[in-house]
Amino acid sequence: MTTTYEPVIGLEIHVQLLTRTKMFCGCELSFGEPPNTRTCPVCLGLPGALPVANAQAIHFGLMIGLALDSELAPRSIFHRKNYFYPDLPKGYQISQYDEPLCRGGRLADVRIHRVHLEEDAAKLVHVGASGRIHASDASIVDFNRGGTPLAEIVTEPDLHSPEQAGQWLRLLRATLRHLGVSDVNMDEGSLRCDANVSVRPEGSRELGTKTELKNMNSFRFLERGIRAEIARQEGILNEGGRVVQETLHFDPGSGEITSLRSKEQAHDYRYFPEPDLAPVAVSETMLAAARQAMPELPSARAVRLQDSLGLSAESAHLLAFRPELGDYFEQALQSSPDSTPSAGAQAQALANWVTGELAKRLAPEESPADSKVSPEAITVLSQMAAEKQISVGAARQVLDRLVAEGGDPRTLVEQEGLAALDGGDELRQIVRAAIAANADAAQRVRAGNPKATGPIVGYVMRETKGRADGAEVTRLIAELLG
Amino acid sequence: MSAEELVSLGAQAAAQALASGQIAAHELYEIYRSRAAADDLNCFTWVAEQTPAPPAASPLGGVPLAVKDLFCTEGVPSQSGSRILEGYLPPYTATAVERLLGAGACLLAKTNQDEFAMGSSNENSAFGPVLNPWDRSRVPGGSSGGSAAAVAAGLTPWALGTDTGGSIRQPAALCGIVGFKPTYGAVSRYGMIAFASSLDQAGPLTRDVTDAALMLRHLIGYDECDATSLDFPGEIALPTAERLDGVRLGVPEELTGEGIEAGVLAAFHATLALAEQLGATVEPISLPHAAHALSAYYVIAPAECSSNLARFDGVRYGMRTEAAGDLTEMYTRTRHDGFGAEVKRRIMLGTYALSSGYYDAYYGRAQCVRTKIVEDFRNVFADVDFVVTPTAPSVAFPLGSKTADPLAMYLNDFCTVPMSLAGIPAISIPCGLALPPEDRNVTEAASGGGLPVGFQIAGPAFSENRILETAFALEQAIGFDGGTVRA
Ligand SMILES: [Zn+2]
Repeated sequence: MTTTYEPVIGLEIHVQLLTRTKMFCGCELSFGEPPNTRTCPVCLGLPGALPVANAQAIHFGLMIGLALDSELAPRSIFHRKNYFYPDLPKGYQISQYDEPLCRGGRLADVRIHRVHLEEDAAKLVHVGASGRIHASDASIVDFNRGGTPLAEIVTEPDLHSPEQAGQWLRLLRATLRHLGVSDVNMDEGSLRCDANVSVRPEGSRELGTKTELKNMNSFRFLERGIRAEIARQEGILNEGGRVVQETLHFDPGSGEITSLRSKEQAHDYRYFPEPDLAPVAVSETMLAAARQAMPELPSARAVRLQDSLGLSAESAHLLAFRPELGDYFEQALQSSPDSTPSAGAQAQALANWVTGELAKRLAPEESPADSKVSPEAITVLSQMAAEKQISVGAARQVLDRLVAEGGDPRTLVEQEGLAALDGGDELRQIVRAAIAANADAAQRVRAGNPKATGPIVGYVMRETKGRADGAEVTRLIAELLG
Repeated sequence: MSAEELVSLGAQAAAQALASGQIAAHELYEIYRSRAAADDLNCFTWVAEQTPAPPAASPLGGVPLAVKDLFCTEGVPSQSGSRILEGYLPPYTATAVERLLGAGACLLAKTNQDEFAMGSSNENSAFGPVLNPWDRSRVPGGSSGGSAAAVAAGLTPWALGTDTGGSIRQPAALCGIVGFKPTYGAVSRYGMIAFASSLDQAGPLTRDVTDAALMLRHLIGYDECDATSLDFPGEIALPTAERLDGVRLGVPEELTGEGIEAGVLAAFHATLALAEQLGATVEPISLPHAAHALSAYYVIAPAECSSNLARFDGVRYGMRTEAAGDLTEMYTRTRHDGFGAEVKRRIMLGTYALSSGYYDAYYGRAQCVRTKIVEDFRNVFADVDFVVTPTAPSVAFPLGSKTADPLAMYLNDFCTVPMSLAGIPAISIPCGLALPPEDRNVTEAASGGGLPVGFQIAGPAFSENRILETAFALEQAIGFDGGTVRA
């Protein structure tokens, strides 16, 4: 009989902060500029150059701490993490060690261990066949990235499946994006994730030996990597082996896991307080500024949308966790006329249009704000449909046109003659004609089969180009055949 | 004015003569340039080849300036006395130098120093030892030995140096000139090739106290490029005091007894007597933790230097030894070939002190001692205005006499290190001559009167102006004549 294991997963996330300048110098952040054009004596580690901490990075760090419900340290210090590598021009990385900017906290059901600030390394490109530093012909260094501010967010080991890890990371990404502190783009490396993975027999409270999976650069690879590592560890334990604490690399191409270094080879980083920097003393003013800058967070927004607008839980969640939809929705809502007795229903209808029909017509991550459909237009369209000025089908046609070329839905409805036919004589005449043209179907309806109205309704819709209200048509058929 | 008369002018007198049009900037510069170029004490690692355009009206109006090698000077070799930076031309200039040049000083030369400022005799320079102008068989002190010897020998009106554990004050003492280490943070460290970041501080080496005040006036001030720099309260005034009435001098028993040469102690006590004649009171005090200062210093400074010097890896600038093997071999060979023995010794000491498992016992402990020393000074400054000691325990010693014994060499910093650890300002002024111990059987007349002794005055943080006033009054009373070695 094989043991069932419970995976225990913790994440270490590096987020490049979207400050104007680097962590410790005045160079602007680089977005694909030619190599080594965003550098200065400080970020090149030239002799005599000194670091000065970026106030905006500290501000962003505090905002992250507030968003994750962390305890913000009134005084934190930078340390030097010493090791030699060509992407590290000073021979040490300035990072935070035992006195980080934020401690503790929580996001959804995962506890946060700490959040600290540090500087990014430069980018190494290995020239030659292997693409790794060993056996490459040469390595070249681009210092544009070197010194970019990073926030490192470390969770407690509260995740128990690859899927849960992926889901939670998506939630963290949405939260950080909403704060506006980072691009949080995994492809471009502004969001990077390491995972600490261990397994233990189901029911056990003790933690197993963990391994560290390095730098998984997409959500898919993160989940696949963790899955592969769980399987590897279970295999070792099932064969009576012992998991070794080591740092691992997951190759998404081959699905293989290889060892980077074991604990015995681990560096002694010789951390000590960075003597070139004063401690970070967080003043009341800095705290107030961070609080002031906090946008409403997704979880709070979901509650508000549900409570004050009466949206369904599902709509509220969708709008809250896709802030681009939420922002657009709320802007659209503001453009609608003053609250009416049916405001709640209108808001829900508008939410449905935004999260459903409109989102469906956009590219996967496209913001509706960037589309041709103005918030006013979607509001008008939603209202026209709710008030049955146009049929749902006609409204969809109008939306197609809006997405393609923009404009005012009222004008479009008029131009195309899409206004709903009310229950007047015109519609009655068309229904009569439809019954006449579908004598068989009419016969079956009279014989007591209501489902047989299909061809008659279809005829009406063709004739009216979808302008007729379906319910009204059904009522008229029943009346005329009754 | 004759060349001799021009060279006899200190920096302040020269600045005045330049401002009044009595002398021309290019004339003064050319005299010093030719003197510096003909230097046979090995004071310089670089001497300007051209006379710069005379500066527009400015406070220093074209006074030539020598700068310690470790200050980055744009386009001018800045090597910190090390093979690993041989020929290195920085793309920028250190703030301290920038400020002096901005006030009208003209860069004349870069001065020799112990490699990365690690040493007390200038024998650790990759570019050879500097000779003491008082006695060419002796060391000028270190690490700012080139700066001190050049000022004493009249090869420059003044020089900029740095002090980590005594590197301005001790060579100033051994060369018979004035050296001032300001409050930590008063002068920007930006562009100073670092030795020990929490201790390094730039300051003047000058012929007299007035010149030290003048240079300090233009050096101090907050620099947004140095996160540890501080706003200096007020300005530095040129000192005028003649009396020391009411000034309380504290003499710490721990730094004025054993281990100090008799001749040095005699000159020190004679100066105390002079201070009393000027109205000062002299009181014995105690700095109970001063005896541990040297031990703490030789943990903290190497620890910081082991990290500060990691950037010299052969990747981006400076020397590289090409290696057939991997990256690690390139690093190893470059650093093996590029660093001198003392630098390697301190990197190893510091690396060890920071290693996991040893950190608390060494670095942590040393920081505790440092805190205690800060408290010691705070306590004594409640009772006295200044702490005074001999600057160095000996007069200039013979070249090569201590190179084989690092611990004996480290003892040179015995009286200066406590002030460095506390971050407080201290000046060294020449207070007389003393015979070296090995010459005791020689009469004073036969040895030319002896070698210079330094008198150290330390005060609380930001007491620069009060220290300068006290030093000035004493200087006038002492009447030390350093002119003989300039001739
Ligand atoms: Zn930079």
